Amino acid sequence: MLVQFYNVSKIYANGVKALDDISIKIDGGEFVFLMGPSGAGKSTMIKMLYREETPSRGQIFVASRSLVRMKKREIPILRRNIGVVFQDFKLLESKTVYENVSFAMEVVGANHREIRSRVIEVIKLVGLQGKEKSLPSELSGGEQQRVGIARALTNRPLLLIADEPTGNLDMNTAHEIMELLFDINRKGTTVIMATHAWELVKAARKRVITLESGKIYSDINPGEFTLCK
Amino acid sequence: MQIRNAVYFFREACKSIARNHLLSIATISTVTICILILGMSVLITLNTSTFLDSLESDVEIMAYLDQDLDNVGVKEVQEKLESLAGIETITFVSREQALQDMQETLGKKNYDLESTLGKNPLPDSFEIKAVDSHDVPDLAVKIEQIYGVYKVNYGKGVVEQLFSTAKWVRVVSLVFIFLLALGAIFLIATTIRLAIFARRKEIYLMKLIGSTDWFIRWPFFIEGIGLGFLGSMLSIIILAAAYGSLLNRVNTILFMPLVSGTNVLINLYLSLFAAGAVLGIIGTGISINKFLDV
Ligand SMILES: Nc1ncnc2c1ncn2[C@@H]1O[C@H](COP(=O)(O)OP(=O)(O)O)[C@@H](O)[C@H]1O
Ligand SMILES: [Mg+2]
Repeated sequence: MLVQFYNVSKIYANGVKALDDISIKIDGGEFVFLMGPSGAGKSTMIKMLYREETPSRGQIFVASRSLVRMKKREIPILRRNIGVVFQDFKLLESKTVYENVSFAMEVVGANHREIRSRVIEVIKLVGLQGKEKSLPSELSGGEQQRVGIARALTNRPLLLIADEPTGNLDMNTAHEIMELLFDINRKGTTVIMATHAWELVKAARKRVITLESGKIYSDINPGEFTLCK
Repeated sequence: MQIRNAVYFFREACKSIARNHLLSIATISTVTICILILGMSVLITLNTSTFLDSLESDVEIMAYLDQDLDNVGVKEVQEKLESLAGIETITFVSREQALQDMQETLGKKNYDLESTLGKNPLPDSFEIKAVDSHDVPDLAVKIEQIYGVYKVNYGKGVVEQLFSTAKWVRVVSLVFIFLLALGAIFLIATTIRLAIFARRKEIYLMKLIGSTDWFIRWPFFIEGIGLGFLGSMLSIIILAAAYGSLLNRVNTILFMPLVSGTNVLINLYLSLFAAGAVLGIIGTGISINKFLDV
């Protein structure tokens, strides 16, 4: 079991109840969609996974470690095991593709030779070889998101989480990014992806957890043909 | 701190200084001016207090004895003087000796005092040096009360003024230095705040990727300390060159001997260098605690 939510609720400081009694379990190696309309609470769940937010009630475990009881100085260790991909890519505009990716290894103190070989490897994995020296502004949206995915993968995370990674892309490009994420998942990385694009989810035939107003509406795994609540 | 991380921190700090080069130059110049004035104040204080110390140590008490005191009486006065605490030396000056001294000062050829005056008008006296010249006024009062002492003279007023001038110079320099240091700290803090601001997206990503807090802080500390160092180095170069050429040309100003001991100056320059670093650390610390949310 890689991720467990036990009766998690989140009430923001302004009184908004973003999550209401959420319980889920995600195994290592799974690919899971978090589906739901805007405001359903998807981003809140995602942010809890890398501990940008903490639950108001309930417990969350990642790799058997409680994120609620986790001490501040343990957070970096958790985050090194989680790669995050954003809707708006969050690339550093003044850095090249290579530097945007190597950045993720430099800031956790990896050594030079290690960085070089790994960065070349992940740039190839996301299909951007030859673009190492380009700046983000010289790339298409799809290419920029590939840089974001490469950066999330460099430190070999157990878990890749993506919050609307195709939200800023056209349908064709979105499908290409989906293929890349499936590929990464096939190679063993657990992927959790939040989206409200039903077309992508429908085509994928993967486990779908649907959220609505902070509650789990359905949790369907086509591979297993089970329906929980 | 591992070496490869240190390389990364230094590279980031240099990039940040280069990226905000205008502000960096402004900050370095301000630190330079601050440390320069600080150094000048210290040099002035140092020279003044050395001068005052040398003046102060020259302060002597002259105790004139009653004209009709016999040898036994003189002996008694001397014993009482010796029993006082805080006295370094006591020298007896007989009236004959005093007359001779006076004639030497005035020039023997022109005057023959004794024949002019008919008799020696000067009294016997003791020349007294205190261990600590600050005790002179108190000692003078005590000596005046000794039976057989007719009059005590120590340049009353001048000594007190000397002490209060010395204190005043020190206080004003300290206030000045304090205000300048505040200015330098404020500027460094501003530079670092802007550097943090310019990199806020990078800092957010570093946190998400799993950088430790100190990994994020180090480049800013190195930048702040570096700005302090560069500023103080420049000011030390300017100060050393200026003071060195002053020493070459003259070694006194208004009869005041200039401090020129190499050790004293090296210590001063090292302290100024450290002062630059301390300003950098304090300035950076303020901004990091206030604006870097790690
Ligand atoms: N930092 C926040 N402070 C207050 N309310 C928030 C905050 N973040 C999200 N919300 C609210 O929580 C609810 C769920 O938001 P979110 O998790 O972003 O949903 P989704 O990602 O599914 O669109 C929304 O009503 C949103 O307005
Ligand atoms: Mg969202």
